[in-house]
Order: sequence, then C-alpha cells, then structure tokens
Amino acid sequence: MEQNNRKAWLYLLPAIAFLGVFMVYPLVDVLVYSFEERFNFASQTYTGVGWYNYAHVLRDPYFLQAVKNTFILVIITVPLSTGLALLISLGLNSIKPLRQAYQTVFFLPYVTNTLAVGLVFMILFKKTAYSDGMINLLIEAFGGEAVDFIDGPYWAKMLVMCLYTVWVVMPFKILILTSALASVNQDYYKAARVDGTSKWRIFTRITLPMISPMIFYLVITGFIGAFKAYSDEVAIFGTDLNVAGMNTIVGYVYDMLYGNSGGYPSYASAAALILFVIVFTITVINLMISKKAT
Amino acid sequence: MDYERIERRARAGERTRKTVTYVLLTLWALIVLFPFYWMLLSSVKSYSAYNAEHVPAFFTLQPTLENYVTAFTGVPLARYFVNTIIFTVATTGLMLCVIIFAAYAFARLKFRGKNLLFSLFLALMMIPNELVVITNFVTITNWNMRNTFWGLILPSVTSVFYIYLLKENFEQIPEELYKAAKVDGTSDLKYLFKVMLPICRPTVVTVIILKVIECWNSYVWPRLITDEAAYFLVSNGIQELRENGFGRENVPAMMAAVVVISVPLIVLFLIFRNKIMAGVSRGGTKG
Repeated sequence: MEQNNRKAWLYLLPAIAFLGVFMVYPLVDVLVYSFEERFNFASQTYTGVGWYNYAHVLRDPYFLQAVKNTFILVIITVPLSTGLALLISLGLNSIKPLRQAYQTVFFLPYVTNTLAVGLVFMILFKKTAYSDGMINLLIEAFGGEAVDFIDGPYWAKMLVMCLYTVWVVMPFKILILTSALASVNQDYYKAARVDGTSKWRIFTRITLPMISPMIFYLVITGFIGAFKAYSDEVAIFGTDLNVAGMNTIVGYVYDMLYGNSGGYPSYASAAALILFVIVFTITVINLMISKKAT
Repeated sequence: MDYERIERRARAGERTRKTVTYVLLTLWALIVLFPFYWMLLSSVKSYSAYNAEHVPAFFTLQPTLENYVTAFTGVPLARYFVNTIIFTVATTGLMLCVIIFAAYAFARLKFRGKNLLFSLFLALMMIPNELVVITNFVTITNWNMRNTFWGLILPSVTSVFYIYLLKENFEQIPEELYKAAKVDGTSDLKYLFKVMLPICRPTVVTVIILKVIECWNSYVWPRLITDEAAYFLVSNGIQELRENGFGRENVPAMMAAVVVISVPLIVLFLIFRNKIMAGVSRGGTKG
C-alpha cells in the first residue's frame, strides 16, 4: 500500500468534523461549564471559577432523591433481570418444539417504542376514579388491597418502575444468553453424561463457567444502562419526575438544562460529570471482579 | 424388573421437568404479550364502553375503529409519523455515508497518524451521550436550529462503534482482491462500492437495523430540540398526547395511537426476525 495521506484525511473528514463538533468539543465544554460558577445562559456571564456547582448539586434534595432512586433501581433490576434471563435462556435451550416462537415473543419488547408501551403499563397499574385498573383488580381478586401505583406510595411507584425496566431490558439479555448457551461445546455435556454427573453439577461446573464471560458482559452493560435510566420513567410517570419523586440522575441533568426548571447548564454539567464518575467507578470495579473470577 | 422401574421414574422426572419449563416459559411469554394485547384490546373498545367498565373486560364483542379515526384527527399523528420517517431515513442515510468512508480509510488506506487517530476514536466510544448532550443542546440553540430537522439529525450522524464494526469487517476482505481490482484499473471508489460493500452487506444491514430502531425510539434529544408540535417525533407525540392530547381520559384513543406507533417496528421485526436478532446480538446495547 502506498501512502495516501490526503485522500485518507478527505475520507475521514466528515467523521472527524462531526465527532469534533458533537463529541470532543462538548467534552471539553462540559468541564468548563461545570466550573463556571453561577453561569447565566442569557447574558453568558459567570461570577467565578470553582467547585460551587458541584457543591450546589450535591446539596440539592432533588439530586439526592434522584441518586437514591437510581441506586435502588440499579440494585434491584440488574441482578433480577440477569438472573431471570439466565433462567429463561436455560429453559429455552432445553426445549425443541416452539423454541423459535418463544424466542420471537421474548424479543418483542426490544423493538417497541418504550414511551408507547410505558403508557400501557401506566394504564394497567393506574387507579382512577372509574376503575381500580387491571393490576389492582388482580390484587383484589387474591384478597389484597388496591394501591395507586402511579400516584401512590413511594414503594409502589418504585415497584412499577423496576418491573417496567426489567420488562424492557430482558430481550437483550435473553438473546445474548441463549446464544452463549448454544455455543457451549456439546462434547463437555456428553462427557459429563457418560460420567453420570448430576444436572446441578453440570450447571455449576460446565455451563456457568463457560458462559460466565457473557454474564459479566451483561452485568456491566446492565449497570451502565440502568444508571442512565430516564425515558422509561418518563413513560410511566410523565415529564415532571421531580413532582412524582421518581427522578433519576439523567432526568435531573435534563431538568436542569431544559423545561420549567431548566436554564442551568452548569448545574447540569456538574451532575452529568458526577454521574460519569459513578458509572466509571462501578464499571472499573465490575471489570476487576470479572478479571478475578475468570 | 427393577431396571424398568428406574427407567420409568427417570422418564417421569424428565416429563415433569419439561412441563415445568414450558409452564414457566409460557408465563413469561404472557407477561411480555399482555401489554400488547391490552393496548390492542383497549384501542378497539368504544370510548363509552371503556369508561363504563369498572372491571375491564378481557375481550370485546363490538370492536370499533373510531378510536383510530380520533387518533389521526384529534392530534397530528400522521405528522409525527412522517417526521419520524424523515428523521430515521435522513439520519441513517447520512450516517452510512460518514461511517463507510471513515471505515474505508481506516481499513484500506495508509496514512500518517492512523493508529493514533484510531485509538482516539476508540477512546470516544467510552463517552456517554449524557455528557455531551448539554453542550450539543447549546450548540444547536446557538445555530438557531431548534425546531428544524437539521437540529434533530446532525448530532447523531456519526457513531464510532459502527465505524469500528465496519472497519473490522472491511479488513477481513483479502488483500488479493484489491490488487486484482487495481490491475483491472478499478478506481478505489468503485472498488469500495462494487466489491467491499456487497461483501460486507450483513454488517451494513446490521448497522441499518440498529440505527433505525434507535431513531424510531429516540426521545430525549428530540424533546430537547423541539417544542413545536410540527417537528415532534412519535415518542414526543405520545408524551404530548398523554399530557394534553384528546382530554386526559380518552384512553381508547391513546391506545389506538400507541398501536399505530408500535406496529411499524413490530412488522419490520417479524419480517426480518433473524437478521434483526443476529444484528442486535452483534452490536446491540439496550438493556
């Protein structure tokens, strides 16, 4: 291959231009914003340089609420969805008839608009003056008491949020785990069967070690995804998440930027950077654990 | 005799396990399908019938299409639809141009600083969108591009990940093919479009699928950039509908709109099922 400097840069020009304007420059800019104290968007002025924005965000009760919500969501949904997906994939892998049909159905949530289906979830869980709603009628049929899951107590709202998140993230996890399970070399299983190994032992000694890299991959991407939760919450509780008490960190960033409480890009930047630090730390910890385990 | 009993018991155990597996899988299938069934069902119940039900009925004997009419006449649903299609096609098309040329340069051409530049590209893959959205919002606002298609499209026409995916695939094409083409006097561009792209079609299709799904579902950026209903995408349309469309209580009409919005991707999925699932397992991230 001969050197073709000029042509190469020409081919790369669009990509570099777009990445430069919409990724590299913003990255620098977000740092700058986050340190410009009391930045006023209208007059483009600020009073000083320092940690004020971070301090403000970390003291803001809305932000603390958002952090709490996000952490609860992450801690509940990531293990739950990964475990459930593993169970379902094992089931899928052990059957033959109808397998394709099940796989197709299980994948459906991936290709649907989360805002649209979120609306259906809201209708199912909502208690209105006319009707207690589908889910509440079920609860009552089993002798429970109706709860307003959308405007009611905190735990009920958190429950719906977690359920919907699990519903949304399952397809990807099932897909990855079924293909991981299918790619385990069948010879191992044959050998184990010849030796008369019990099912449980086969699972813990062969299956789990063979697919553990994929499980770690799902846990890592699951953590990252759940920390960035936002549109699923909007789908269920509406755009004013602070009023619902269901805001997430990403939601806080957008609320600071835009909408009724918006116009504070420097607070938004500080919050976004705090989120980045949290996600980065957790990912590094995850990677360290997975290195040690495999 | 004893042998037979052991075998029978083993077979019975196997059968129970199979049954339990099927029951559990069916249960999850029902959980997945139920919201879809519910939106379809509610969308064909008439407004008065829906609101008269204290205990919602699980089926309806008088299906009606009036809600679909309301969905299109009560709010500019068709407008949202067209907007989303324009947005999806334009974004995907522009992105393909950008990433194909970039991937070609990285895979095929030799130039100074190539490795350094590629490492920088890869480093950008770690940057979450949330971090750059703030400045992009300000940039687009300053360029007076709020409530325009350009404002919607421009920030999402590059993806380092797709460049990477395509570059890896381009590099698998044997060098001999290129030399043969050169001997025949084929130009680089012709080689790219007539040889490389057809060979790498599966990857290109994967990228298109993932991008289309992403565009159809995008909510956050369009919400920041548009506040005029004339530029809403379907996601924003749904949210707008929920907050002040139709009057809050017209659930059947809302559900009709939700069905209309969900159908295109589901149909696309049922047609290209295998391609989409293979594509998502190669490069999907949601979840």
